[in-house]
Amino acid sequence: MTLAPTDTEDLAKGGEPRINDFAVKFANVNGTGSASANNLILRAIFRMGVPVSGKNLFPSNIQGLPTWYEIRVSGKGHTSRSRRYDLMVAMNGQTYAEDIGQLGAGGFVLYDSTWPLPATLLREDVNFLGVPLARLCGDAFSGPRERILMKNIAYAGAVSYLIGIDPQVLAELLEESYSGNPALRDSNQKALRLGYDYAEANLPATLPFRLRTDTGTKGKILIDGNTATALGCLYAGATVAAWYPITPATSVAENFQKLCERHRRRKVTLADGSVETRNDYVILQAEDELAALGMVIGASWAGARAFTSTSGPGISLMNELLGLAYYTEIPAVVINVQRTGPSTGMPTRVQQADLLECAYASHGDTKHILLLPADPKECFEFAVQAFDLAERFQTPVMMLSDLDIGMNDWVVDKLSWDDDYRPDRGRVLSDAEIEEVGHFYRYGDEDSEFVAPRTLPGLTEHGAYFTRGSGHDRYGLYTEDAGAYAEVVERLARKVEASADRLPKPVIQSKPGANIGVITMGSCEAAVIEALQLLESEGMTLDYMRVRGFPFGSEVKAFLDAHERCMVVEQNRDGQLRSLLILEAGGDGRRLTSVLSFGGLPMSADQVAEGIRNEMQE
Amino acid sequence: MPSIKKPLIPLAAMPTNEIGLTMRDYEGSMSTLCAGCGHDSVTAAIVRALFELSIPPHKVVKLSGIGCSSKTTAYFDSAAHGFNSAHGRMAPIATGANAANRDALYIGISGDGDSLSIGAGHMVHAIRRNVHMVYVIENNGVYGLTKGQFSASADIGSAAKHGKANTVAPIDPVMLALSLGASFVARSFSGDKEQLVPILKAAAQHRGLALIDVISPCVQFNNHNGSTKSYRYVREHELREIEPDFISTGREIVVDLPRDGSVMVAMHDGGLVRFRTLPAEYDPTDREAAMHYVNQAHARGEIPTGLLFVDESVPDVHELNHTSETPLVELPFEELCPGSTELEALQQSFV
Repeated sequence: MTLAPTDTEDLAKGGEPRINDFAVKFANVNGTGSASANNLILRAIFRMGVPVSGKNLFPSNIQGLPTWYEIRVSGKGHTSRSRRYDLMVAMNGQTYAEDIGQLGAGGFVLYDSTWPLPATLLREDVNFLGVPLARLCGDAFSGPRERILMKNIAYAGAVSYLIGIDPQVLAELLEESYSGNPALRDSNQKALRLGYDYAEANLPATLPFRLRTDTGTKGKILIDGNTATALGCLYAGATVAAWYPITPATSVAENFQKLCERHRRRKVTLADGSVETRNDYVILQAEDELAALGMVIGASWAGARAFTSTSGPGISLMNELLGLAYYTEIPAVVINVQRTGPSTGMPTRVQQADLLECAYASHGDTKHILLLPADPKECFEFAVQAFDLAERFQTPVMMLSDLDIGMNDWVVDKLSWDDDYRPDRGRVLSDAEIEEVGHFYRYGDEDSEFVAPRTLPGLTEHGAYFTRGSGHDRYGLYTEDAGAYAEVVERLARKVEASADRLPKPVIQSKPGANIGVITMGSCEAAVIEALQLLESEGMTLDYMRVRGFPFGSEVKAFLDAHERCMVVEQNRDGQLRSLLILEAGGDGRRLTSVLSFGGLPMSADQVAEGIRNEMQE
Repeated sequence: MPSIKKPLIPLAAMPTNEIGLTMRDYEGSMSTLCAGCGHDSVTAAIVRALFELSIPPHKVVKLSGIGCSSKTTAYFDSAAHGFNSAHGRMAPIATGANAANRDALYIGISGDGDSLSIGAGHMVHAIRRNVHMVYVIENNGVYGLTKGQFSASADIGSAAKHGKANTVAPIDPVMLALSLGASFVARSFSGDKEQLVPILKAAAQHRGLALIDVISPCVQFNNHNGSTKSYRYVREHELREIEPDFISTGREIVVDLPRDGSVMVAMHDGGLVRFRTLPAEYDPTDREAAMHYVNQAHARGEIPTGLLFVDESVPDVHELNHTSETPLVELPFEELCPGSTELEALQQSFV
C-alpha cells in the first residue's frame, strides 16, 4: 500500500524511521477490556529498555463511554504528555471523526476493517491501516465476551508489529500475567498472534517511526503514584488507615490493603493449639471522609501511625477536623490525590487546584504542612516523611499528589530503602520522663521547634490530659483568657513555620546568565523541564525551581529575590502557587506571572513552551 | 468548657476497691453544668461503676463530642485521657483510637444533638462496626448550650419552655440501635442510679458497642409541664420491668447458665448479668422480642427502661478484622517495616 505524503522529515531523509520518539493514541470504549491491551504494550516497550509513559484519559463512567490512552515513547526520557500523535488506534466508532481529526498530516490510523469506514471520515493526508479485528476474533473465539476482549489483544498484536515490539517480550509478559490461568494465557497469545500475523501479511513493513531495543530503563521501574504512596505508608509503619472510596485516590487504600495482606499478617498459635492469622493493621472503610479523618485523628492521638487518602471533595469535608487536629496538636497524614474541581468537577481529570485550600484548611487561623511530590518515586519518599513530620510537629501533614501521578504508570528510578531508618515519633513522654521533669504541661515546655510534649492514652499511668478543640492554655485547661489563648496559637504559628527546615528542599536548576526563573510544582515537572530544553534550543535561557514543600524555606525566598521575574507554571485557573508565593514567601506580585493549564488533561511541553513564549513577549 | 478542680476535703476513711482505690480516684473536675442537671447523675453513676469494677483509672479512655452532655467526660476519672472533640464526631475518633490501642476501656459520652442529628451518620456506623466501647447518650430532647431548641429526640407534642409543641417525628436511639443490629441496647434514667450502675458495669464488660440511652432531664430548658423529657414525666411513665444486676466474677466465668430461660447472660470480658425481674416471656437475648416489647410500651405511652437487649456472640471490630492481640501502638517498628530486601523483591512486579 502506498503511504500518504508526510509532513515529517522522517522517511524523506533516506527512508530511515524515527527511532524511539513517537506517540500512539488508543481510542477505546470503556469497560471493554482495552486497558489490559494498552498496558501490555506499555510494559513491553519498557521491557525493551525504552523510556515510555502512559496517560489514561478516561471518563467518570463504568461502561460504554469513550476513553483514550496515550503512549509516548521517548528515548530521551521525556515523560510528559505528547499531543502530536503518530499512530491513532481508532477502536471506537463513536469518536472516529474526532480521533482521525487529531492526527497530523502523514499520520496513521489503525481501524477495524471488518466494516468499511464511512467515506466522510477518509482523509487524503492520513494513512489508513485496516485490520478486520472483529472478523478475525469472531472466527477464532467463541462467546461474545471473549470475542470483545480478545479484539483488544488482537489490536495490540497489530500495533506491536507496526512499531516493532519484540514478540518474545510480549510472550513473556503474557506468561507472567496469566501464569495462574493457562486457558486465559493461551487465548491471549492466540489473539496477539492473530493481530500480529495479519499485520505482517497485509500492512507496510516500515512506518516512519519505530522502536529499537535500548538501555534507557535500566535500574528503573514502571509504577503509578498511588501504589508507590501505599508502599511508603507500609514502610513508614502505618498501622491504621481510614478512607472513603473516591476517584482518583481509591487505589492508595486498596493497594495498602493488598500490601498489608502480604506483609502484615502473622500466624499465631492459640491456647487450644489452633493456628489463626492475626493482622498487624486495621483498615477502616469509613462512612464519609469526615469520619475517615476522625478515625485517623483518634488513632494518631492513641499513638499509631495512621493515614487517610482522598481527593478534593474529601478534603472539603475534612476541613472541620483538620482544624481540630491542628489546634489540639494531633498528627494526621492525609494523602490528597487531586482531581478537577470545584465541587464534583471532573473526577477523572487532573488539576492542582487544592493548594490554597490545603494550606489553610479549616476555620480560624490555621496553616498546614504540605508535601508536593512530582512523580511516584517522590510519592514513596514523601509518604514516609509525612509521618515523621506529622509526629515531629504534632499536626496534620497533607501530601498533594494528583490523578496523573497517582493513576498513570511512570518510569522512575527503582525505590530504595535504608534499613537504618527509624521513625521520628516526636515528643512522646513515658512515665519515667514525666517523673523526671516533675510535671507535664501538654501545651507548654516547648522545644526549639516550638513542639510541646504529649502522652498517649492508656499507655502511661501519669500524664493524662484533656484534649479539647475549645480554647485552652499551655496546660491544656479550658480558657477564655485572651493572653493564655494567644500564647498557644502564637506558638502554633511558630511551630508550623519551623517545620520548613525539615521539608524537602526545592529542586533548583540555575543557568549562567539567566535572570528569569520558571517555578512549578508536582506533576508539571516533566512538561516544564522538556519545555525549558525546547526554549533553550531557541536561545531562551531560564532558571528553574520546583517547590516540594510548604511552608516555603529560605531557598524559595532566595530564588524569588534573585530573579527579576518569575513565571509560575501550574494546573489551576487562579494561579494558586503564585498566590501562595506572594503571601508566604515575600513574592512580589508584579514580578510573578502565571502560565496555566487547567482543562483537566496532563500538561504537554509544547503548551508550557508556548505559554512561556507568550509571557516573555509581554 | 471551664474546668474547676474539686477541693480536697478531709473525709473519713473511704472504702477501697480490689485495687486499693477509693471513689475519689475515679472522680474528675468539678461539674460546671446547671444545678440539678441529669448529666451529673450519669457522671456519678459512671464513677461508681468504674470504682466497683476496679478498673485502673488510666486504662479508661474518655471521648465526647460537643454539647452539655459532652462536658461529662471532664467530670469523671481525671487520671484517664479525655478527648472533647468536635460536634457529632466522637464515634469516628473513638473508632480510630480503639483501632490503635484495643487495650483500654473506651467510654464515649454523647447527647441527642450530637448523636441523633449532626453525628447520626457516625453513630449508626459505629454500631454497624460494633466498635468495642460504651456509648452513652445523655438524652434530654433539647439543645442546652444554645438555649432550648428541640433536638431530634423530642417527642411530637412535647412542649418547649416557651409553650410551642414539637411537630417533627423523633428518632428513638433504642429502636434505631436494635434495627441496626446493635449487640447491647439499654435505656435508663439519670434519676435512677440503682438501675444505671449495673447497666454501665455490664456495658463495660460487653464485647462490642454497648449503647445506653439515658434520659437525662434538662432542668433549664426541658423540665416543665408539657415536656416528655422532664423528671416528673419520666418518673410517671417509666416502665421498670427489666431489672438487671451485674455480678462480678473476675476474669473467669464459672457460673453455669440456667437453661430454663435467659435470665443470666455471661459478659465477654467477665461477669454476669442477672435479670432480677423480667416481663412474662421476655427474652433479652431475642432482638425481635425486644423490638416488639419496646414498640408496645411506646404505643401505651410508657418508657421502658433496663438492659433491653444483649447478644455476646456478635463479633466486634477487632474480631472481624482479626487484629493482633497486642495493641497496634505497641508493635515495634522492626516488625512493621518489611525492609530493603523485600522492597527489592516486590519491585520485580514493576518491571
